[in-house]
Amino acid sequence: MPVQAKKSESRLDTSPAVSDEIRRTTCYMCACRCGINVHLRDGKVRYIEGNRDHPINRGVLCAKGSAGIMQQYSPARLRKPLLRTGERGEGKFKEIEWEEALALATQWLGDVRRKDPRKLAFFTGRDQSQSLTGWWAQQYGTPNFAAHGGFCSVNMAAGGIYTFGGAFWEFGSPDWERTEMFLVFGVAEDHDSNPIKLGLSRLKARGVKIVGVNPVRTGYNAIADEWVGITPGTDGLFILSLIHELLKAGTVDLDYLIRYTNAAWLVIDAPGDADHGLFARGEDGEALVAERATCALSSRKRAGVKPALKGRFALADGRFAVPAFELLAHKYLDEQYAPEKTAEATGVPAEQTRRLAREMAEAAFQREIVLQRPWTDLNGERHETMIGRPVSFHAMRGISAHSNGFQTARALHLLQILIGSIDCPGGYRFKPPYPRPVSAQPKPHGKGACAGEALPGPHLGFPEGPEDLLLEDDGVTPVRLDKAFSWDAPLSAHGLMHMVIANAHARDPYGIDVLFLYMANMAWNSSMNTSGTMRMLSDKDENGAYVIPKIIYSDAYSSEMVAYADLVLPDTTYLERHDCISLLDRPISEPDAMCDAIRWPVVEPDRQVRGFQSALLDLGARLGLPGMTKEDGTAKYRDYADYMIRHERRPGVGPLAGWRGADGGKVGRGEPNPDQIERYIANGGFFREHVPEEAAYFKHANAAWQDWAIARGLQDKRVENVFQLYLEPLRKFQLAAEGKRSPQPPQTHRERILRCFDPLPVWYPPFGDEGATAGGFPLHALTQRPAAMYHSWGSQNAWLRQIHGSNPLFVPGAVCDEAGLADGDWAWVTSPHGRIHVQVKRMEAVNAHTLWTWNAIGKRSGAWTLSADAPEARKGFLLNHLISELLPPRQDGLRWSNSDPITGQAAWFDLRVRIEKAPAEGGVTQPQFTAQTNPVAAPSGPLTYGKEWAS
Amino acid sequence: MHPAISVIFFTVTSGAGFGLIALLGLGWPMRDGLVPAFLVALLAGGLAAAGLVSSTFHLGHPERAWRAFSQWRSSWLSREGVLAVATLLLFAAYSLTWMFAGVRLTALGYLVAALALATVLATGMIYASLKSIPQWHGVLTPLCYLAFSLASAALLAGAAGVGADLSGIGVAWIGLAGLVLAWAIKLAWWRRAGAIGFSATGSDTGTATGLGKLGRVRLLERPHTGENYLTREMVHRIGRKHAAKLRAIALVAGFAVPSVLCLIALLGAVNLAFAVAALSLAVGLFAERWLFFAEAQHSVSLYYD
Amino acid sequence: MTSLPARTDKKLGLAIDLDICVGCHACVVSCKEWNTGGYGSALGDADPYGDTPEGAWLNRIHTFEVTPPDAPAQIVHFPKSCLHCEDAPCVTVCPTGASYKRGEDGIVLVDESMCIGCGLCAWACPYGAREMDPVAKVMKKCTLCVDRIYNDNIPEVDRVPSCVRTCPANARHFGDFADPDSAVSRMTAERGGFELMPEMATKPVNRYLPPRPKARAVQEAQPNGGAQAADGFLGWLDRALERLG
Repeated sequence: MPVQAKKSESRLDTSPAVSDEIRRTTCYMCACRCGINVHLRDGKVRYIEGNRDHPINRGVLCAKGSAGIMQQYSPARLRKPLLRTGERGEGKFKEIEWEEALALATQWLGDVRRKDPRKLAFFTGRDQSQSLTGWWAQQYGTPNFAAHGGFCSVNMAAGGIYTFGGAFWEFGSPDWERTEMFLVFGVAEDHDSNPIKLGLSRLKARGVKIVGVNPVRTGYNAIADEWVGITPGTDGLFILSLIHELLKAGTVDLDYLIRYTNAAWLVIDAPGDADHGLFARGEDGEALVAERATCALSSRKRAGVKPALKGRFALADGRFAVPAFELLAHKYLDEQYAPEKTAEATGVPAEQTRRLAREMAEAAFQREIVLQRPWTDLNGERHETMIGRPVSFHAMRGISAHSNGFQTARALHLLQILIGSIDCPGGYRFKPPYPRPVSAQPKPHGKGACAGEALPGPHLGFPEGPEDLLLEDDGVTPVRLDKAFSWDAPLSAHGLMHMVIANAHARDPYGIDVLFLYMANMAWNSSMNTSGTMRMLSDKDENGAYVIPKIIYSDAYSSEMVAYADLVLPDTTYLERHDCISLLDRPISEPDAMCDAIRWPVVEPDRQVRGFQSALLDLGARLGLPGMTKEDGTAKYRDYADYMIRHERRPGVGPLAGWRGADGGKVGRGEPNPDQIERYIANGGFFREHVPEEAAYFKHANAAWQDWAIARGLQDKRVENVFQLYLEPLRKFQLAAEGKRSPQPPQTHRERILRCFDPLPVWYPPFGDEGATAGGFPLHALTQRPAAMYHSWGSQNAWLRQIHGSNPLFVPGAVCDEAGLADGDWAWVTSPHGRIHVQVKRMEAVNAHTLWTWNAIGKRSGAWTLSADAPEARKGFLLNHLISELLPPRQDGLRWSNSDPITGQAAWFDLRVRIEKAPAEGGVTQPQFTAQTNPVAAPSGPLTYGKEWAS
Repeated sequence: MHPAISVIFFTVTSGAGFGLIALLGLGWPMRDGLVPAFLVALLAGGLAAAGLVSSTFHLGHPERAWRAFSQWRSSWLSREGVLAVATLLLFAAYSLTWMFAGVRLTALGYLVAALALATVLATGMIYASLKSIPQWHGVLTPLCYLAFSLASAALLAGAAGVGADLSGIGVAWIGLAGLVLAWAIKLAWWRRAGAIGFSATGSDTGTATGLGKLGRVRLLERPHTGENYLTREMVHRIGRKHAAKLRAIALVAGFAVPSVLCLIALLGAVNLAFAVAALSLAVGLFAERWLFFAEAQHSVSLYYD
Repeated sequence: MTSLPARTDKKLGLAIDLDICVGCHACVVSCKEWNTGGYGSALGDADPYGDTPEGAWLNRIHTFEVTPPDAPAQIVHFPKSCLHCEDAPCVTVCPTGASYKRGEDGIVLVDESMCIGCGLCAWACPYGAREMDPVAKVMKKCTLCVDRIYNDNIPEVDRVPSCVRTCPANARHFGDFADPDSAVSRMTAERGGFELMPEMATKPVNRYLPPRPKARAVQEAQPNGGAQAADGFLGWLDRALERLG
């Protein structure tokens, strides 16, 4: 038959107009912060695609990003400020004017500030403006500020900063171009999203081995060349077993350890003394090392010193000291870390552990990379080459959301450092402004909050010993409502947002007047013990007043949390707002460039909404907060955009690093440029300045890097960054617990601090494991974030909710067989805290003791402008109902927070459960809640987005 | 496959209608005269046309149905439409001459009969041509359609016709033979359909995904959590018990009852017995046709189950 | 005319790499957002915020679990859209001529103005590549972004299907399978790219690149001389430090 030209073919327009205009801004469908090209047609969003020039996503875009259209036009968008008219939780509001809303908020907040600023708890969720919100809270004077890091991944961040001045994700990434072996621990899809996928595809193209360590073999683990189906909470033990093997084989980089770490520093060995286990220091305060050849003691800083890594050396006072490395070697060479010994707990066969250690050593040492690229270190020594140990890692919540997560993160970094793969070719690479070790980080501030006064420094920081804690004068009582930087969680560098509502409700350590939240769905998926939290938010005292008297909440959408607010400040969508993705905050740099970015209103809001940051600055001016008010009492900043341009945190250093100076010619440091935002817009919404080649690696010790970073305002002076294999601050806490140092923890805390605050990475079973199996909870349960849904935001999205409108509980085949469960059956899942009724799906590609489900798919009926019987409410469910913010009571009645004892990180994945087959009970999940009333109108009819452009 | 009522109604009624048209065209003896001829023609043509009209109910755009006559060179659906209309037009001519001139034109009748049977064949071929649905994909499917069409028509003709025999053969025996033949073919069809699964093509989830070489393949998650057009239209699941019940109804109403009625017709009251038999067969065929769809497995289900 | 062209000048299609697809649904949603405002009617969504949301999508990702006889079960994410078959049964069954395969590049399209919404083409497709739009009631399918790949209003680098443009893992490749030297042809040859259900004799153009084997030969290695000497790790340490000088 002949090739035919069809009538219809000739009619087909293969070159239709796409859009009237493309506006380039930054995505906010998750925390990844990709560059997006927003195509506009007739004033509406026609199409969103990735920005090919952007450092984060290089043109690609994930499902969430492409679904941004549906987020922009979601019916759940709030339209006007709301004042509660019903009871908390009902969702009954009246719309009020902005002036009334801001006046009311000013009155509430002003009263508190005049009397006792501690009575404001200001916590923000997944926002990306912590640099502003933290500064605002500091000017206000409350000690009670943090963002969501405490319930997200602070173990990862703090474990890294304390160990080597970096961490994963925003702090650094694998050297995708050069690495020869990549291991990914506990990562589902996000943190970060597109860069990991881009990186994995590059590894695949080069045939580089990818190893996925995760109880569940989906997503990245599905495409990994090898899967380690580890038992939750045992990653630390597995890593220490790898270290055992590496040490046994002698496959560690001694030169690297001597140069860049405290391996050679002498640790005082004088049991019973107040400084036992601390570093031996000279008169100048510098740690001492022992000369290898002479055994003479010397400052670690003496030029040309060749220190010993083993031995026992007499100190001037007659006591003895041992190099940290010898302690380390003794510890991990112990048979308890042999793969045969750890296999049962981790579920990883000994042979696999041994083989992976060998492969790692082979990649690191046999496939060593030598770049002919001279560089000079901070001691002035010139190196002709850059030596690479091409093994790289990435890890996230799977290892950090456990009560042993801090030490597990430390163990992983110890592994990286032992093979010499931190910031070397083929290894892990710092992203500017990192590295930034503890010595270059602030200490926490919050003590001595006074009425009407600002705090002297930022809330969040990195204590180096018990003396840096935020405790009242009794040395015990926490200053902060969330008990951050107290004996409960001394190194809680991100606060403990998951404890705020529970503590405020319990008035422990004190009650508050105003709870001010932004973009944190604490009445639902962002809280442990969701049902209990909802109760606490609406609980009343004996006088009939709410226990938490006033709640101000800002959100763009009709979330579960909105229903519990007294006053709602409606935020804009991400396409309607200004934002800065700042180097002062959570940066988006790449290893080879410092980068920041903006958002700007590419679509004008059609509702009476304001960007929260602008509203916050307005409130700050109304409250007369320092820095936000001119001398005449008027507002210093017109709005957030004005602040982004004109605010200077240090002279010449502001929220945005690009195009500073009057003519936009300065980078990082320079006076404000009134055209700065226009310059960003013209450049596609982001700024990028490349790191010189000489400064590209070994940034922790690289003089060129330091000078470059200083010139660009990333730091103000050279910062020495010695990797802390042996973490002395932890030892100081142990000494306090031994009663050798002040302040001292209460007796209740001492045993735990002694056990968990080991200065060398240690593994202990997650607290949730204690007695779990004997108590009838033999299984683990956890959630993974689906790639196409970010927290609760996605369910209002007409497209994303079709992909994940409900969630089954995935159950290992053997568990199904034992419990008599088949696909679609219903089951009760019970934890020490509660039980849920869910539908099951059999799965084999999962750790044999682990149940799991997708995160945050379940919704409260009526929330997010969904129908009351939406599948999200009737078939979807949260695991949160099974997780308490407190551990079960101990014998003495004390209940620990369900958190890491060091950082306070929420231990979501410590959860232990059992499962039993159940009747369908009406075919809905349990628990169910009364539907919340929706303050915005529910739409009807089908959706035909874009029909006007049909060709 | 999703059993759409409109399509079931269409295939049963138009099958009967075109079958009756064919028998009339072949000269099945009927009472002559304007009114009787009109009534019989109306019955045959009406059933055929009603089926055609009902088939448009499942169309997304019935107003464009006329376009369906254009692709007769490749599409069995288009052929069916063309043949159906041609049959009805010529049958109209045949009926009008019969009604008004009292003449049944033999040559035209044969042509009408051939077209009517071709229409039914085309209906069967629509299903039989789909390789994606192995139970349908075979010669038995059009044979079934033809046989049921003729069996239905024979009962209707018996109900409407004159005399108890046709060229010396008892009408009742003809009806009975039609029923036996049709259900014999259907039993063979069922037997094949029950045994065939996807074995005719060798398709399974392994070939559907190409992953069968690696091991046992099973769906873990559907692409979207809710239903979609494909799952509703083609991944219809029917319970085993439910199917057995419907099969029993099909056999009792479609075979046992009309067969007994045919035997009763031997004793007299031919027209009434046949009318009831035809109705009963129609009921049975609704069940048969429902199962024809509901039990058919589309290869799409390999991606969804 | 719904007869198929005897041959097409090009065979445009996709090579989908199952070894790297992480199942993120990026291609799924990008396809939806491009096509809802592009070729033909909007891709409708019935009951979008209600109890039974159901929309038309031209590309969907299934998740399969594969259990090898001698290894732990693994997961394969499996994107699926129209395969633009050479012997496309969906085209020949169409009664109106709405469905057709282009002679110049082999893309299978539906002219929606001629579609009566009978659904027969969706029945004929063994792969489930066609979906009736729940609102417009016409048949929707992957157009291979025919309104992108030749579009002069789009930068040349972006003249690929939206799914390919967006895929973060680079698991989707677009090209001409009629050209043996095209990238898609070469990767298909190198990787053993396969057709879906060849037994259906539809001759699909799209190819799937199989997951690479999960197990790899272990290289035994004892770099740095090894430490398992009689004096153990600390003895090794001495010698290693000596070598450092």
